[in-house]
Amino acid sequence: MAVKRYTWSYPYFIFLAVFAVLPLVLVAVYAFQDSGGHFTFANILRFFNDSDALNTFAVSIEVAIENTALCLLLGYPAAWILSNSKYNRSAVTVILFMLPMWVNALMRTLATAGLFNMLGVNLGKGTLLFGMVYDYLPFMIYPIYNVLNKMDRSYEEAAADLGATPMQVFWKITVPLSKAGIISGIMMVFMPTVSTFAISEFLTNNKVKLFGTIIQENINSSMWNYGAALALIMLVIIGITTFFWNDDNKMEEESAI
Amino acid sequence: MIRKFIAKAYIWILLVILYAPIALIAIFSFTESKVLGNWTGFSLGLYRNLANSGMDGGSSLLSAVENTLVIALAAAVFSTVLGTVAAIGMYYLRGGKRKVINFMNNIPMLNPDIITGVSLFLLFIFIHLTQGYVSVILAHITFCTPYVVLSVLPKMGQMNPNIYEAARDLGATQIQAMRKVVLPQLVPGMVSGFILAFTMSLDDFAVTFFTRGTIGLDTLSTYIYTDARKGGLTPELRPLMTLIFIAILILLIIINVREQKLAQKSELKK
Repeated sequence: MAVKRYTWSYPYFIFLAVFAVLPLVLVAVYAFQDSGGHFTFANILRFFNDSDALNTFAVSIEVAIENTALCLLLGYPAAWILSNSKYNRSAVTVILFMLPMWVNALMRTLATAGLFNMLGVNLGKGTLLFGMVYDYLPFMIYPIYNVLNKMDRSYEEAAADLGATPMQVFWKITVPLSKAGIISGIMMVFMPTVSTFAISEFLTNNKVKLFGTIIQENINSSMWNYGAALALIMLVIIGITTFFWNDDNKMEEESAI
Repeated sequence: MIRKFIAKAYIWILLVILYAPIALIAIFSFTESKVLGNWTGFSLGLYRNLANSGMDGGSSLLSAVENTLVIALAAAVFSTVLGTVAAIGMYYLRGGKRKVINFMNNIPMLNPDIITGVSLFLLFIFIHLTQGYVSVILAHITFCTPYVVLSVLPKMGQMNPNIYEAARDLGATQIQAMRKVVLPQLVPGMVSGFILAFTMSLDDFAVTFFTRGTIGLDTLSTYIYTDARKGGLTPELRPLMTLIFIAILILLIIINVREQKLAQKSELKK
């Protein structure tokens, strides 16, 4: 007898259960245990009483928001120009923007820090932001470029024919139609910036600590339970953000219909 | 006219800034100083060192490069196989089961690297797996496979569903029909999934960092990280990164030129 074809997905189902779901369950389990394996809220409470950790958390969110905003501000015009046949006809320019993504991110970051040192700029929060924009700008440009490139340009022309000013065309037609690209760009920049650790260490000489760094420090010094609690907190924040984004999108889609 | 100039200038200024660090590495690969930014005269010494250590086979930098490639290749092969089989199955799944597996497939993609790393670290401790090559490859398969699934799944949708049935009616066994009829149609998706998996594995730092254990296994990323934290990068990294960059540049140009030629050909046919 022939096997039903959907059963081909079962090995992957088991794989995901073991390597994607179980690990997250373990994060939660470790977060609510003391080192002896007993149930406790102490790890979570410790975070909320640890002013250093709270501070780091706030700084991480702030840096991530600022970085995402800067990438969007710089990246959107770039994506728009690249996708516009009036200004750019060669695919090579687009490739040039993607190419740095293939160079090892740590190496690029170290070179950026080296560049600042050469120019005599002191490493600190400013250089951190600059370096992060460096690292993540291509991730913002690419999805927006993709959406703009596939967009039907006749909508813009129609709006212009009907008397809209170029500004109006841009804000009322181009931006709303490229929303999917903007959202995936924001996700692709925001998520990694919240959780990065090596980049901030290199770009600030350890002056600015991000949330990822304290997770890494705790795990590496064998404080697994507190490390897991911090990871769980990050997970919750990310879960909430994704959930709201998705919710937002659904509402948009429904209202569009 | 002025607009066009401003647009072009904006793009090129961004590119110049974007490439400044990479250019810095490339320029300073031709001098022997220990620190990046300190020019001590033109020399090919670093390239020579790199080539010599390659001949000796004893350099920890080159073994890190080797590890990176082996891990990326293994992760890409396994995740392409796993992801393709999964995508075929997922295409025929319906209802609740489909939703559940879609959701689970999203977990490794939405998780930030550090969460994937920490959670897998805890898993390997939990199941008492000694961390090293095996755990790193398993971890890489975990975050690569969802992308393979997403590359192959649309190809299933584009395929004519009747051809599988036709093959079966004509007497092919299930395996034959899959291998000779379905699989060839999925090859483009598998190739792009493979490339995606390979590059993501190459570029990974955080997941490797948490799952490599204490046996001293280094990939290029973890090597650079440890090196930089010790203070001062191994100077030979500069020529190495320059060579890697040039290799990728050439590869991308070749791919692009080929694609353009193919596009021209298909236009001519029309």
